[in-house]
Amino acid sequence: MEKDKVLSLAKLSRVKISDQEAENLSHEFEAILNYIGEVKDVAQTVTIDLSTENFSVRNVMRGDDNAHDPGMYTEKILSEAPSREGDYIKVKKIL
Amino acid sequence: MTPEEIRKKDNDIHAFLEVFDDAQSTGSGPLSGKTVAIKDNILYEGHIASSASKILENFKAPYNATVVEKLKNAGARIVGRTNMDEFAMGSSTENSAYGPTKNPHDLERVAGGSSGGSAAAVAAGMCDLALGSDTGGSIRQPAAFCGVVGLKTTYGRVSRHGLMAMASSLDQIGPFARTVTDAELLYNVIKGPDTMDSTTITDETYPEQKKFTKVIGVPKKFVESEGVSDVVKKNFSEAVEKFKSLGYTIKEIDLKNIHYALAVYYILMPAEVSSNLARFDGVKYGLHKDGENSIDDYFVTRGEGFGREVRRRIILGTYVLSSGYYDEYYGKSLEAQKLIKNELREMFKEVDLILTPTTPAAAWKIGEKSKSPLEMYLEDIFTVHANISGCPAISLPSGFDGKLPLGIELTADLGREDNLFRGGKDFLGE
Repeated sequence: MEKDKVLSLAKLSRVKISDQEAENLSHEFEAILNYIGEVKDVAQTVTIDLSTENFSVRNVMRGDDNAHDPGMYTEKILSEAPSREGDYIKVKKIL
Repeated sequence: MTPEEIRKKDNDIHAFLEVFDDAQSTGSGPLSGKTVAIKDNILYEGHIASSASKILENFKAPYNATVVEKLKNAGARIVGRTNMDEFAMGSSTENSAYGPTKNPHDLERVAGGSSGGSAAAVAAGMCDLALGSDTGGSIRQPAAFCGVVGLKTTYGRVSRHGLMAMASSLDQIGPFARTVTDAELLYNVIKGPDTMDSTTITDETYPEQKKFTKVIGVPKKFVESEGVSDVVKKNFSEAVEKFKSLGYTIKEIDLKNIHYALAVYYILMPAEVSSNLARFDGVKYGLHKDGENSIDDYFVTRGEGFGREVRRRIILGTYVLSSGYYDEYYGKSLEAQKLIKNELREMFKEVDLILTPTTPAAAWKIGEKSKSPLEMYLEDIFTVHANISGCPAISLPSGFDGKLPLGIELTADLGREDNLFRGGKDFLGE
């Protein structure tokens, strides 16, 4: 994988990395992708029907009720925010 | 032990990130009088929970994890939070932002990971029991390296409410103990369905496929994979002989797809990591670093707050999920995951347990594998199948390589932790 590709992935991930780290990662990813790439062989070995109900996904629903009292957790949660103004989380101007 | 005594003993080992001064038993129950340490990614209200990361260095848990509530109700004394690989990403605790945990059996060696602190704390007698989390072997591997018992439960057996998510479809909280009996005691306290975690299961979710008749399957070809040390192979053969002498039938089995498990794991896990860790943005909680503008704040906060391995996995996960590669990696992995799960479930109609070593070798020297991430990843070869399939698995102490402990691992069918306890107690003579 090219270094520029790594830098572009880092940008998509919203993580700042140095040129040197991108360079190192490009070599490491080469080795890792080479190894994990073996899953591509799976298609040739599939002998079972993968769409059967054995593999169904369960969905779990609950009623839209029993809400907690408004404001119950506000202080606890906001006290962990890096920056706040009253009962709001404060961020930099966006526009 | 008093908090002071634990701190003194922990000076050399660094199993704890914090020993609590306020530890007291709040109720009476099955864990009355027992001391329990919890991994630093489990929320305990009012206490710091940092996942051994700089990005959560001062983060105080606003609520209790379900397992913490259960511990308190059972009368346990929670003595501290234990060291780990940052966000549970690693196999040695060397990825902790606060320095590695050392193996109590040899201070120059790793304790394993990611729940290395919990394993070392139990091994060194600094607490009776501990909780860890296991996404690809993070309870069983450090248990093997430190010579204690470690259990990864059936996916959904223990509520993940209040556990910091790494790879949500694979993560499970589980116990460390010095005996199988104690591990079972803690397991019985923490298990059970929870309305706060919709993936939790009940005793009816997985009906028994086979009555327990003391049949153990040994995947010989898999056990003899490349990179497995001679000492481990010898120790494993001795374990097989021991089970035979205990009246177990040993059956050689062939698992054709299990060798895909590690590759599948290193695709699914980073994919989930990349989305789960998007929540750390320097806005809602945790570290905030100022950049040039609002979006640059994210880049700087995450770039500085996350350690190397976490950055590596986020970026790798972003790659395998990106357009053009998604089907090739993520899609194929889901297919392979189904194959592996199906193969194991079919096998458990014939055998009660599958026996393998827990690790390909004993604990390595601190720093020895830090240069090559792939080399470190390959250490997980014997543990990831349990997470990929959801099956429960337990690591049991099985002897030594010199002064370093070794472990064997039993895997059981979905929902069949009881079989692990039976086999484990027989093996350890409990």
